[in-house]
Amino acid sequence: MYSSRKIGLLLVAVVLAAACARASAAEPGHFGYGSVATPAQIAGWDIDARGEDGTGLPPGKGTVDRGADVYAEQCAACHGTFGEGEGRFPKLVGGVGSLRDERPEPTVGSYWPFAPTLWDYINRAMPMPAPHTLSSDDVYALTAYILSLNDLVPAEFVADRNSLPKVKMRNRDNFIWTDPRPDTTAKPCMNACVNAADVRIASTAEGRNLTPRTTGPLDTMQPK
Amino acid sequence: MGRRSFLGLGAALTGSLALGGKPAIANPAQESPPADAPWSQSIGAGVVDRPYGRPADSEASVIRRNVPWLTAGTESSVSFSPLQELHGIITPNGLFFERHHAGWPSIDPAQHKLMIHGLVERPLLLTMKDILRFPQTTRVHFIECPANGGMNWRAAQMNSLQFSHGMVSCAEWTGVRLSTLLEEVGVKKEAKWAMVEGADGAHMNRSLPLDKCLDDCLVVYAQNGEALRPEQGYPLRLVVPGWEGNVNIKWLRRIKLGEKPWHSREETSKYTDLMPDGMSRGFTWLMDAKSVVTFPCPEKPLDGPGLYEIRGLAWTGNGKVKRVDVSTDGGVNWQAARLHEPILSKALTKFTLPWRWDGRPALVASRVVDETGYVQPTIAQLRAQRGSNSIYHNNSIQTWQVKPDGSVFNVQLA
Ligand code: HEC
Repeated sequence: MYSSRKIGLLLVAVVLAAACARASAAEPGHFGYGSVATPAQIAGWDIDARGEDGTGLPPGKGTVDRGADVYAEQCAACHGTFGEGEGRFPKLVGGVGSLRDERPEPTVGSYWPFAPTLWDYINRAMPMPAPHTLSSDDVYALTAYILSLNDLVPAEFVADRNSLPKVKMRNRDNFIWTDPRPDTTAKPCMNACVNAADVRIASTAEGRNLTPRTTGPLDTMQPK
Repeated sequence: MGRRSFLGLGAALTGSLALGGKPAIANPAQESPPADAPWSQSIGAGVVDRPYGRPADSEASVIRRNVPWLTAGTESSVSFSPLQELHGIITPNGLFFERHHAGWPSIDPAQHKLMIHGLVERPLLLTMKDILRFPQTTRVHFIECPANGGMNWRAAQMNSLQFSHGMVSCAEWTGVRLSTLLEEVGVKKEAKWAMVEGADGAHMNRSLPLDKCLDDCLVVYAQNGEALRPEQGYPLRLVVPGWEGNVNIKWLRRIKLGEKPWHSREETSKYTDLMPDGMSRGFTWLMDAKSVVTFPCPEKPLDGPGLYEIRGLAWTGNGKVKRVDVSTDGGVNWQAARLHEPILSKALTKFTLPWRWDGRPALVASRVVDETGYVQPTIAQLRAQRGSNSIYHNNSIQTWQVKPDGSVFNVQLA
């Protein structure tokens, strides 16, 4: 059997070994794999713009009018001529004042907290069939157009790296960025936790006809 | 075995194959037991008949499925894992749930690179070859889309285990610790956040606190021992244990360190939780503890009264599952279920409980308690806090109604 002294020494040794391993691993370039990214490479990859202050927005600019043209060509088929959304494609306008309703409608106009996020998202992800193919200027123009559809900027608005962070979005102050959970404090009761007579089914999925089949080939059911 | 006898065996095999393999099959019904089925009186398919392998033909129904009416197309959509057919804590690679925002890309691993830059000492561009050289770590973790169960916020809607809970899956992931990569580039002391980005058309990006990155995140290239499936991020993805699926960026191509979060569209317009007072919660990354009975369930009804084993899965983003209780009377009384080893941190955990069903109506439910003491809430408790429009993070207790004919329905209790 080990004496407690021996165990103590062993522990010291283990901790020291771990510390040494860490110290060397913590040294940048310890492994030396890969290549140091050059400024030119970084410039090519570095596409993000930060929502809150627009850090990362590139040079360039775009007007509402120019945006309307690009939008009609590249976006309207899915999002509707005025952003109303075709079929189940997302609406880009509307829902203002609906967030406390039974059926809220979160959109750029009603929900988005930061305008630079709109530039960033269109730039990286739209148009859906050919993402990240638009020029920075066209992305600025589209951003200006969608903001104007939502009455967030005037018709003469010009979007650029300075103007976008200043656009006051309607829902900007209604986000809490620290998670308040856990927000329930149930106790794990084991016996007679509720009165058996009070157990009542409030809703059932039976007969709703929303569930695709789970055997056989894939279901192609459409909404009723 | 000598060479001669080996050759002899070969000859014998060839011989039997040459015979055409059509032995007279006796009518099984007339045979006294043990009767031989046709497959016991013929020769089967040989090795490499299916060089990769696939499930038995009779299991063709065990597939991921989608809800066609839910999304405009299948490219930005979700498919659900068939939990009702799974028996372990590991999800087979072909059944792991999918969530893509611009479809899944076909990436040439020879061209895929990971860039790590921003507030670092030594920005790096790493090829897959480079990444494979770093020390390996393997861990089992679940990934759950925070919208799992979202369709049941307002009421019981999906009459199916697959469609009510199938946006959770669990795999053994192998790769390199993100902390190792960050030490290799050298984190500047002003850095507090990381922006992680995918190489898909969505260029999916999220912000993560640096503390989490240094704690337990993995940059992985393997899933259950083989290369990632393309649907799961081939050739490289991030695993953020216990946090919502969306931050586990697939097709990972870039990590940028900064002082502040990015507030990308996926953490403002989406993946935020709208409360009844109009306020929204952002950065709600943690997947709270959740459990579900996987048998019986709507897809797997009971076959007459008698002894059954209630089976289910539990998991928590907080760490380990401590206990699962099961009720068959709608939560009046509960019994502790048996937890099955291994009980791993931030992984699915299996539980069972024997149950003699008397053929009377029953309300079957499970409730998990995790190692922090957090108790899975009822839907009523959740709604009291969050209303029913928050889409994400519905981790409520699932109740299955068992009718006297053994059929099972998704219900919610008052
Ligand atoms: C083929 C259809 C299609 C086209 C064309 C298209 N989009 Fe989209 N768009 C979508 C889909 C689908 C989503 C939702 C994607 C998701 O959530 O993953 C979306 C989301 C958006 C959103 C975010 C909405 C929100 O509230 O979160 C914006 C903004 C947007 N698109 C702008 C554009 C612009 C600008 C164009 C033209 C350059 C465009 N889209 C072209 C299909 C399309």
